[in-house]
Amino acid sequence: MHNFLVLRVIAKLLLPFILLFALYVQFHGDYGPGGGFQAGVIFAAGFILYALVWGVENAELVLPRGLLRFCFAAGVMLYAGVGLYDILAGGMYLDYSVMAQDSVKGQHLGILLVELGVGITVSTVMVTIFYTFAGYRR
Amino acid sequence: MALTAYAVARLHNLYAVVMLAGIYSLLAAVMFVVLDAVDVAFTEAAVGAGISTVLALGTLALTKSREKTPRHTRILPLAVCGITGAALVYGTLDLEHYGDPSAAPHHHVGPEYLARSIPDTGVPNVVTSVLASYRGYDTLGETTVIFTAGVGVVLLLGSWRRKEDDDA
Repeated sequence: MHNFLVLRVIAKLLLPFILLFALYVQFHGDYGPGGGFQAGVIFAAGFILYALVWGVENAELVLPRGLLRFCFAAGVMLYAGVGLYDILAGGMYLDYSVMAQDSVKGQHLGILLVELGVGITVSTVMVTIFYTFAGYRR
Repeated sequence: MALTAYAVARLHNLYAVVMLAGIYSLLAAVMFVVLDAVDVAFTEAAVGAGISTVLALGTLALTKSREKTPRHTRILPLAVCGITGAALVYGTLDLEHYGDPSAAPHHHVGPEYLARSIPDTGVPNVVTSVLASYRGYDTLGETTVIFTAGVGVVLLLGSWRRKEDDDA
């Protein structure tokens, strides 16, 4: 994987757009199709492309395994934490209405945060699975 | 789609099978777009055609890429598949007709979600508001499933490699 010049150039060109598109899908999921799950998968696909072209070792410099493990727990914690925060704020579990003065704004904020949690978990788990499979018998 | 499914069943080269499975997912995504289920189509294209193909190829890199020729008889698997398939087709006879306005899904909580999504949450994409808000518990459960899958893979395969690193 060291001499495929065309592959490397194209991958380098595509990568920022893939990641940007993932973020767009993540945060525009309220208005168009998409959401945390799809965004997480696209984000992971971007990093898997990077790992395929430049090798898992180089991808691990950008996203180390420890950070991934921390993040995929953190995504679930963010989701569950939003639910707990809602209880503390006087509502029911995962009832986002209490997160802001205005219940509509609260719902919006809650959906944004839980989708972010889903996105973080999905993307990091996908990259982790790929790392583990790709780096198994090295 | 039937053609790709048949080819997947017949081929013994697993690389080709993985590629065909990806094509099958892409066709399924097109079908979902035709049925106006854009979110589902998006997920199918990204997960089914994209990530699972890559992960299956990664798995193939660890194992052999050719299917073993079966040594046992093929009658039993054929019977199991046939009976299951017949049961599923029999199940679809009970489904409502596509586009039937009197179908049950259009009269349960669906209209309420459609009517309340904007005033309640201010989110125009009802799929997102149902997923994240009205059905928040389910989505939390799904996220936990993904998390569990990640933990499982790391526990089964990840620690093995770390031990090797320690030896080196």
